[in-house]
Amino acid sequence: MNEAARQHRLVVAAPPHVHGPGSCRSIMLWVVGALAPAALWSVVQMGSPALITYGVCIGTALAVEAAWNALARKPQTVTDGSALVTGLLLAMSLPPLTPWWISAVGAAVAIVLGKMVFGGLGWNLFNPALVGRAFVVLSWGGVLSKLPSKGWFRAIDVAGSGSLDAISGATRLAIAAADRAAKGGYRFDLAAQYQPLLFRNLEGSLGEVSAALLILGGLVLIWRRIIDWRIPVGYAGAMAALSWAFGSDPIFNVLAGGVLLGAFFMATDYVSSPMVPNARLVYGIGCGVFNAVGRFFGSMPEATTFAILFMNGLAPLLDKIFMPRTFGWVKRNG
Amino acid sequence: MLRSAFRGGIHPPDMKQATAGRAIERAPVPERLVVPASQHIGACCEPTVEPGQRVRRGQIIASIDAFVSAPVHSPVDGEVADVGECLTAAGMRVPAVTITPDAEQDFESWEPVEGGEPAAVVRSAGIVGMGGATFPSAVKLSPPKEFTLTTVILNGCECEPYLTCDHRLMLESPERVLRGGRIMQEALGAKRLVIGIESNKPDAARAMKTAAHGTGAEVVVLPTKYPQGAEKQLIWAILRTEVPHGKLPAAVGALVHNVGTAAAIADAVDLRKPLMERVVTVTGRVARPGNYLVVLGTLVRDLIETAGGFVGEVERVIAGGPMTGPALGSLDVPVTKGMSGIVVLGPGDAAAPVDADQPCIRCGRCSEACPMFLQPFAIGTYANARLWDRTEQVHALDCIECGACAYVCPTRRPLVQLIRLAKAELTARGVRP
Repeated sequence: MNEAARQHRLVVAAPPHVHGPGSCRSIMLWVVGALAPAALWSVVQMGSPALITYGVCIGTALAVEAAWNALARKPQTVTDGSALVTGLLLAMSLPPLTPWWISAVGAAVAIVLGKMVFGGLGWNLFNPALVGRAFVVLSWGGVLSKLPSKGWFRAIDVAGSGSLDAISGATRLAIAAADRAAKGGYRFDLAAQYQPLLFRNLEGSLGEVSAALLILGGLVLIWRRIIDWRIPVGYAGAMAALSWAFGSDPIFNVLAGGVLLGAFFMATDYVSSPMVPNARLVYGIGCGVFNAVGRFFGSMPEATTFAILFMNGLAPLLDKIFMPRTFGWVKRNG
Repeated sequence: MLRSAFRGGIHPPDMKQATAGRAIERAPVPERLVVPASQHIGACCEPTVEPGQRVRRGQIIASIDAFVSAPVHSPVDGEVADVGECLTAAGMRVPAVTITPDAEQDFESWEPVEGGEPAAVVRSAGIVGMGGATFPSAVKLSPPKEFTLTTVILNGCECEPYLTCDHRLMLESPERVLRGGRIMQEALGAKRLVIGIESNKPDAARAMKTAAHGTGAEVVVLPTKYPQGAEKQLIWAILRTEVPHGKLPAAVGALVHNVGTAAAIADAVDLRKPLMERVVTVTGRVARPGNYLVVLGTLVRDLIETAGGFVGEVERVIAGGPMTGPALGSLDVPVTKGMSGIVVLGPGDAAAPVDADQPCIRCGRCSEACPMFLQPFAIGTYANARLWDRTEQVHALDCIECGACAYVCPTRRPLVQLIRLAKAELTARGVRP
């Protein structure tokens, strides 16, 4: 019928015919890239146990997503990068010596209960990695908190004068929490902990080895406009402000524990966080408030997981409350 | 002075370098013209000529007695070969007059004419919005009495990638553009005449400024950002006021015309020259990209030949710009009054079609890009679920279909199509914006 059209097989498609750079996969790979320095540094510092935890979490997450799609006869989504991010984030939220089967269960729960049962990527209400972490923390909290120290797992020199065997294995955060509970004042100067927390913190989870590298990765994501600054700034800001209000060191409390990993990489998960700018700020602040309240008044010094999961549940409501007006829908007063 | 831009929008690569430096040249008249009787929004005209009849350039060949309509004139001296139907770029079948042009054409013999009521002259000259909307211009020049028009805005933004026809027109004929604006300003009694031009056309802005010097007309250079040429966004950039939901620009005292339309109005009023030809940017994978002055009714196939034919592998031929123009399934469609460009894209130039429904990952980029402050993801999700009432609650009808949301969507959801579906459904139910 139409020679030129047939000859060239003209594609009839709806506009727009051009597309901006960026795809789901490229976003996920940027997140992986932003986490890479902190993750690699944790492997350098902690060695094979860290590698095993990363391998089991990421491998299980990918395998479970692939298997779920195959069994449910759904299009394969394992290459979109989201399972990779989930596995990586879960690993970074776990201690390096986590038994491999706990890592595997956490990753499987993250993918299945955290994402696939809702309908896959885009439909989950909660951050999958945190769902996985919450599951293992609630199931095997005792195991995770009593992991033995190895040679690389140094005792914390809280007094600055040689190792203290009595507290080896406990995190700075746990010691600070115990001191706060005892109301006898802190055994060590919180400000003196900035440097180890920033660069070489060999306690707690894999994602806590270097706060500086996490901040670097987070700033890259903000610069690339992959995450919105409002969430991490609201989160860390609220955490610091409340720490100060509760009489503790604000910088120590932002650097210690999972706050930075949570603020830059967990709370900013697109699917489970709000989309409206103002809602994002309030959501970030909410995460920080609940994290601080959990840390100072809860039973666990590490409250990041449940603070973010709680705010995940509020995200749709926040979007609704802060929904911006449409262009032209402004009240005109003459 | 550079004004700040509207909120939202995107920055696609403008791709104008291939044709921005090419002076407008007249395309040869092909052996056959197919002139559609409907080249505007509104009531379709009826052919008024018979096969075998001689027609003169500028003679009416199709018209109708309706307010929102525009007559169609023969673009050439020639003979009517057929009166039938044709396919348009938008994919519609409309009545059309096929003309066999004479070998010799006289394009120049237009004498200055004085007087005449502009709205009536513009109406009989068949002028419509040449930016693509094709709304009959005479209607805009006859606003209801309750509106006080204060500002006539000429739209020289040309924010669509690839297109340069308005750029060249402003550069080469700034006086005609300005004259058209003046005619409208006087006819409407407007205080201000403003020409808005994107900052990526500094030479055109300079030419217009020179022409406007001492006339009181203002040239405003606007940031290069898509869709700066959208009517409501342009009005906001210049007047800092929002056209209220469901209202016309006249409600804020503004009237927006494309610069090509302004030049056509000048020709109509000063020379009684009807709209019979227009500048079309032909670019992309063609041998001689350029800006061509084309008689209406020239088939896209012939225009591509004029531009030297296809080069390399061709995948899409777009009528208009790549953000809003339809991709043609056939090259046997005619150039019409609203066709500003033919953009030929090959593999890799155009976004690959998405084969399956992709998930919304709620990244929020569509909301950030939307110049109407809509939540395109929400309209898309509700439209997919056939929740039409919900699409209305999130103001689907305010969408201007600029495509910025689909451009930025990382999972390439067909957001514009979903929103159009919602708009069509709501309109069919009688919901008004």
